Amino acid sequence: MFLIKLLFRNAFRHKLRTTLTILGISIAILAFGLLRTVVSAWYSGVEASSASRLVTRNAISLVFLLPSSYREKIRQIEGVKTVSWGNWFGGIYINEKNFFPNFAVDPTTYLDLYPEYLLTPEERKAFIHDRKACVVGQLTAEKYGWKLGDTVTLKGTIFPGNWDFVVRGIYRGRDKGTDESQFFFNWEYLNESMKKTAPQRAEQIGFFILGVRNPGQAAEVAEAVDRSFKNSMTETLTETEKAFQMGFVSMTEAIVIAIQLVSFVVIIIIMAVAANTMAMSARERTGEYVVFKTLGFRSPHLAGLIFGESFVITLTGCALGILATFPAAKAFGDAMSTFFPVFYISRKTIYLDLLASMIVAVSAALIPALRVTHIRIAEGLRKVA
Amino acid sequence: MQVPPPIVRIRDVSKAYKRGTQILPVLQNITLDIAEGEFMTLMGPSGSGKSTLLNLIAGIDKADRGTITIGGTDITTLSETELAAWRSTSIGFIFQFYNLIPVLNALENVELPLLLTGLSRKERRQHAEMALQVVNLPDRMDHYPSELSGGQQQRVAIARAFVTDPLMLVADEPTGDLDRVSAKDILDLMCRLNAELGKTIIMVTHDPRAAERAHVIRNLDKGVLDNVSDQAPL
Ligand SMILES: Nc1ncnc2c1ncn2[C@@H]1O[C@H](COP(=O)(O)OP(=O)(O)OP(=O)(O)O)[C@@H](O)[C@H]1O
Ligand SMILES: [Mg+2]
Repeated sequence: MFLIKLLFRNAFRHKLRTTLTILGISIAILAFGLLRTVVSAWYSGVEASSASRLVTRNAISLVFLLPSSYREKIRQIEGVKTVSWGNWFGGIYINEKNFFPNFAVDPTTYLDLYPEYLLTPEERKAFIHDRKACVVGQLTAEKYGWKLGDTVTLKGTIFPGNWDFVVRGIYRGRDKGTDESQFFFNWEYLNESMKKTAPQRAEQIGFFILGVRNPGQAAEVAEAVDRSFKNSMTETLTETEKAFQMGFVSMTEAIVIAIQLVSFVVIIIIMAVAANTMAMSARERTGEYVVFKTLGFRSPHLAGLIFGESFVITLTGCALGILATFPAAKAFGDAMSTFFPVFYISRKTIYLDLLASMIVAVSAALIPALRVTHIRIAEGLRKVA
Repeated sequence: MQVPPPIVRIRDVSKAYKRGTQILPVLQNITLDIAEGEFMTLMGPSGSGKSTLLNLIAGIDKADRGTITIGGTDITTLSETELAAWRSTSIGFIFQFYNLIPVLNALENVELPLLLTGLSRKERRQHAEMALQVVNLPDRMDHYPSELSGGQQQRVAIARAFVTDPLMLVADEPTGDLDRVSAKDILDLMCRLNAELGKTIIMVTHDPRAAERAHVIRNLDKGVLDNVSDQAPL
């Protein structure tokens, strides 16, 4: 008790200096937490993707399509349990600013493969049976105020024209990391329209999604799929959903690496700030440490005082920083929900905050503690007196 | 009457400082006995080695040569760690500039050395309160050093020095920073501790008035202790 009291009083002896140091640390932790959260939001698609799902697409590029006849061939491949398919629709709601991912998919198989999109049985049924039905994540639905039964018109970009959909389901995410911004509708609706207006574009598929029987064999199944279309007109590229998502993310990897780098630089800066504060405090108190030693306290006791003070300052800053991260992340996430549909502070980020603070605390106290160990009492007293 | 063995027994102690190639002798062949319960002052010109000798006796500095036996322990053979433990139980140190811890109040300052003992929180508190009563500051327990006068601070420092009931008190110019009235108070207090509690005291001072209060006055000049025969009888 006595020592804890002493630690706190020492820490707040120079109120302004300590307050500024704590402020610096909390801002650094806030910045660190936000940057880490942006990075994990960036990778959220990768995180949420399942290891038991494979994505098959045109081997040359995502913009080239695959014939729908591949569906049956894929279904027959050993290890494949479910085959779903879809097309990137790229529709715009009113104008380009309103961005959310939208796809044409096969309702039954798609919902089977994505159990993390939670719908009521009625919504599910309505989606499967209504050709013009669409299902939308609650984040997007809330954003545009869509209710069940509303008609939503998207302007096609890849597929020209105005497309009317009826909102038949609003899904919630099963997990915290589930993307709640998606919009998907019945592939048949798209295909029928194409048959009428642009027959050469009908029966063309952007991607197949494969549910595998055994996630451990995903790699073998992927290989088997690609092998069976080898040397055909259109070769395929099959990868796990994770790798597929990673492909999207890695296009901008340089930015993400830069953000990560900045987040660590922030910690290094704060290390210097905390180390400076601790060095100044310890230097000012050399005389007191000599008195402690005269009274019979030993170097480990004094090192304990210095480390303890460093922890008091750093962890106070860390706690304030973490507390500030939540409202800040909420505001940031709300403002940026178009880019980061999944934006939440993960437990890992909090642990990283704490870990970074501990490293800062230890590194700031290390040199002053070593210096105190080496003070000779007689010489120290001579300087004090 | 049987003469009790001396509590401090110093034999042939020398110490020198090296400054580059130069060797600066500070103490030369010091031999000194201090009896238990004695109040001794050490006088001498500035730079004569008084503080150095006091520090050797208090176990916060090391002699180059010779032995220093205190209460039966030869402290020249102790390691740093052993010395620290020995100091905490055997020596009460009083500094010229009080050297109280500014963030601790009077009571806590006095309690500080008791943290190294096995006493409970309550016992520590009782001991510290009692010590502050002895130095006549019972109403200043929750005052911080900055709220106390120099004389009051020195009294707190003295309470801190004897609260552990050490073998002896060691004081380096305890009145050096005080006005005459406060200095007299401090000397009165030290005499009381010596007379009533039987504490052995070694005090370095420049002030002849302070020295007068002691049983024994020893002089140090250029690192050499005066002859015992010069000593004034009690
Ligand atoms: N670390 C050191 N390095 C070199 N010389 C030292 C060192 N410490 C003390 N001395 C020298 O030792 C001598 C004795 O010093 P000491 O402090 O014991 O004197 P003193 O009698 O207490 O003087 P004062 O009355 O001024 O306090 C002085 O000449 C001093 O300069
Ligand atoms: Mg001196």
